[in-house]
Amino acid sequence: MAKTKVSPKATSSLGPAEVRKMYRNMLLARTVDERMWVLNRAGKAPFVIPCRGQEAAQVGWAAGLRPTDFFLPYYRDIGVMLTLGYTARQAFLSLIGKAEDVTSGGRQMPGHYGWRERHVITGSSPVTTQVLHAVGIAYASRMRGEDAVAAAALGEGSTSQGDFHEALNWASIYKLPVLFVVENNGYAISSPQAKEMAVQDAAERALGYGMAGVTVDGTDFFACYEATVQAAERARRGDGPTLLEFKMYRLLPHSSDDDDRTYRSRDEVDAWKERDPILRMQQHVLEAGVMTAEDDGALRAEVQAEVDEAIAYAEAAPYPPVEDMFTHVYAD
Amino acid sequence: MAVKNLIDGIREAMSEEMARDERVVLLGEDVGKRGGVFRASEGLVDAYGEQRVIDAPLGESGIVGVAIGMALNGLVPIAEIQFADFIHPAFNQIVSEAAKIRYRSDNDFHVPMVIRAPFGGGVHGGLYHSQSVEAFFMHVPGLKVVIPSTPADAKGLLKSAIRDEDPVVFFEHKRSYRLVRGEIPDGDVTVPIGKARLVREGKDLSIFAYGLMAFYAEQAAQTLAQEGISAEVIDLRTLLPLDREAILQSVARTHRALIVHEANHTMGAGAEVAATIAEGALYELDAPIRRLTGPDIPAMPFNTPQEEHFMPNPEKIAQAARELCAL
Amino acid sequence: MPQLGESVTEGTIGRWLKKAGDHVEKYEPLCEVATDKVNAEVPAPFGGTLTALLADEGQTLKVGEPICDIAESGAAAEMVPVQAAPPAAAASPEPAPSVAASVAAAAAAATPARGRVRTSPYVRRLAQEAGVDLALVPGTGAEGRVTREDLERFRVSPAAAVAAPASSAPPAVWQAPAAAVPSVPTHAAPAPSAPPAPIAGDSFLPLTPMRRTIAEHMVRSKHESPHATAWFEVDMSPVVALRKSLRAEFEAREGVPLTYLPFVTKAAVEALREFPQINASWGGDKIIIHGAIHVGVAVAVPDGLVVPVLRNADGYSIAGLARAANDLITRARAGRLTLADLEGGTFTVNNPGSYGSVFSAPVINQPQAAILSMESIVKRPVVVEGDAIAVRSMMFLSFSFDHRILDGATANQYLASVKKRLEGMGPGTQVY
Repeated sequence: MAKTKVSPKATSSLGPAEVRKMYRNMLLARTVDERMWVLNRAGKAPFVIPCRGQEAAQVGWAAGLRPTDFFLPYYRDIGVMLTLGYTARQAFLSLIGKAEDVTSGGRQMPGHYGWRERHVITGSSPVTTQVLHAVGIAYASRMRGEDAVAAAALGEGSTSQGDFHEALNWASIYKLPVLFVVENNGYAISSPQAKEMAVQDAAERALGYGMAGVTVDGTDFFACYEATVQAAERARRGDGPTLLEFKMYRLLPHSSDDDDRTYRSRDEVDAWKERDPILRMQQHVLEAGVMTAEDDGALRAEVQAEVDEAIAYAEAAPYPPVEDMFTHVYAD
Repeated sequence: MAVKNLIDGIREAMSEEMARDERVVLLGEDVGKRGGVFRASEGLVDAYGEQRVIDAPLGESGIVGVAIGMALNGLVPIAEIQFADFIHPAFNQIVSEAAKIRYRSDNDFHVPMVIRAPFGGGVHGGLYHSQSVEAFFMHVPGLKVVIPSTPADAKGLLKSAIRDEDPVVFFEHKRSYRLVRGEIPDGDVTVPIGKARLVREGKDLSIFAYGLMAFYAEQAAQTLAQEGISAEVIDLRTLLPLDREAILQSVARTHRALIVHEANHTMGAGAEVAATIAEGALYELDAPIRRLTGPDIPAMPFNTPQEEHFMPNPEKIAQAARELCAL
Repeated sequence: MPQLGESVTEGTIGRWLKKAGDHVEKYEPLCEVATDKVNAEVPAPFGGTLTALLADEGQTLKVGEPICDIAESGAAAEMVPVQAAPPAAAASPEPAPSVAASVAAAAAAATPARGRVRTSPYVRRLAQEAGVDLALVPGTGAEGRVTREDLERFRVSPAAAVAAPASSAPPAVWQAPAAAVPSVPTHAAPAPSAPPAPIAGDSFLPLTPMRRTIAEHMVRSKHESPHATAWFEVDMSPVVALRKSLRAEFEAREGVPLTYLPFVTKAAVEALREFPQINASWGGDKIIIHGAIHVGVAVAVPDGLVVPVLRNADGYSIAGLARAANDLITRARAGRLTLADLEGGTFTVNNPGSYGSVFSAPVINQPQAAILSMESIVKRPVVVEGDAIAVRSMMFLSFSFDHRILDGATANQYLASVKKRLEGMGPGTQVY
């Protein structure tokens, strides 16, 4: 199957209300991200892993699937989580590691998502392990005759891992309903794409496994959304897995512990800032008449207030009791 | 009751559980059409179909990772690793994922799966078809590690492992497969995980062993009995969680401990058993705790004399017991 | 005062090596102590300041009595008198000059309270529960440890347990003479006659422990064993020639002297194999024939003599005997013998010939059956084949034996064998 490129501003099947909602998700992701970073620099949050620059792709692919599908986000996917109903409060509870944290009760670092209720599968730090899990999940669904899709997100660096290749191999041999969502933001910490693969696009890897591979402009929400919908349809009708590559840029360093000045120029970063997906989406909603400038201002203020409240809530919330750390090693 | 060998016990457990629970699936290399390179799954693909008995592509990380995904979405997978020596590519999935999923999700998810592998030497398997790797997994809370030594225990413990809500690493001694024969009770009989088995009561020393070594220890005890040494034999059966109570109670009866395992000496299961005894039964000990084990070399050589020298056997066990009792 | 040897009950301070006020390091020697077995240096069990000497030079103290006080460094005011021997792992001889560290097992058995009894946690607990002081229980287990059975025996009958230790410990080595074998009927020695009254001009030599020991031993030996002595004359000319031809090269290569002792010992040991009843001991109701041949070599030392033992002497070549004997003799003269060096002999070879003696009547080294002395080699005119007169290197062998065990016939046959072997040596004799 040849790889295809989805062109920007593809026809959207989403109505204005839904578009506004998606824009709000992106704004929320950006605002949460900004505040987390500030909290870290203020010494109130030990570790932050930002999504800045990836909002369109994340909200896009999360929106392109159904609640009955299965989601295996990677650590940068705050945009995915917020689109699935994760709240700003939950984001900050997790950031500080409070008991009410739905992903792990404060046991995991931030960015290690898991939420059974919303079909978000628990993730870990050794990257790429989740792609094999997606394969197994898809297998089980298909065995029961369900039409669920399992979508695992990963960075382009993870496409170097052995588990990635084993997963693509399995999924294509058995034609499983899996979406491999490669959020290609250009860098695996300090390692640029050229040091992670010899091909131009990560989607080309799919060719080696006889499966579909699609490269998409990751700063275009609609392109990402549509590509996801199509890939999911392919999977549901039994035509197998798709490798979706969203190409974009990681505007911030890898994490609050990284200093990107050591491996890339400010010029490069500034050039990509001009292609900020939030700007792009803002332009679209204004041009398409989905919102007015006042609406936009009000929306931003509302989002800001929501985030401020969330921070206050999370800071006041209790930590888990020490005795709790001995529970759930095995079934109790 | 019928007399069968250990691998019959394995096969029957898998077959009966697959009949009983449609969620149970088996995946691994050559498990389907070939019936498993040791014939452990012979007949299963015919009985339960290719969807439930899967000939996996070659790759241990993939086998275990996919199985974890299956377990997360309502299936009960049995992932077979063809030889325990090859389990290491799957180590990340087993230790980082399977073992920690329940804990890291604060009980939101769990992984009811079994990872099975033949282990151990004495079959001219050389360096990479003879290893004992249980020690690596004993160190991982969140896993269970089970090693049967009799056909009845193989069946009963595997049934329990399949029904267990947590990941169980299940090692089967490949030499035991056909060497060890015994009665397997009819019907749906399970053996509890986490409980050792008192093979034989004694008063002069306790011999703790598992797998093929438990079989050999029993033979050694018979020899020793004729010499007037009364050896108690405990088959540990589950290494994680270890039946510490059974170990301590035994030492309280006999006051001497001999631990036997095929795996390398340093940091083998024996070290944990020895520490347990030293911590919990020091004032019962009438002699130093002794471990009779494989030597600290990377693996068991292929040539016959060196392989025999590596492996403990009933006479070496008996001799160690004699020496311990003479102290 | 540590226990410097099995069955040793007291020691005499020979010379203090440190004085009050000195700083001592852990294991630094404090003083020389003499016992009837060995002279040894007592090391400090820990470092600190030697605050007081509690015994004078020449003073004899019982094992366990304090000999000095050391204020342990780091321990404020606490004075810890140096009493028991420092605990060491095994009773096997150590290369270190001090013998004290090698007797921990024996010390453990006898030293009260402060010493650690060698036993298992289980037995220790049983003793505690039964209110038994483990230090009082004789141990028959491996390396002298107290076993469960020992404890039980003691609890049932303390006196019996101490008097008759169970035979469970396999005695690989013959017990030292001081540990009496119960079955030997001991005839009471006649009371010693009164010493002569001192006259002006007499001076007095105090008895050293060694002197005292030798005196006791000789009286007992002569009293218990009816001594008979046989003498054989041996033509040592071939041995003399052999030694002369090998000597320079041997001494250069081996770094040890090649005396006549190894040649004679070799012949004597080979003949013992031929006449095993000589490698024996009186057992009261039986004669004990020893399976191993451990040959004592009498060595004169400044205030007496010691007889270190060459173990399994029949396993050595002449060269091996030369080396081994040299080692024992050198260490004996330097006062560096260990307890193990002195125990277990089954036969003794003596060399008064080195001092010029041509004829002697040696005293048997108890509990052995015989002792062989090699006398001086003297060139004499002798009658040889064809009634000719020749000058030969002649040497007497003086052989004293216990007439309870051996008769003259056996003794003479033995000596004849030794003589034949020596006279049969020559250029073809393998030294290695």
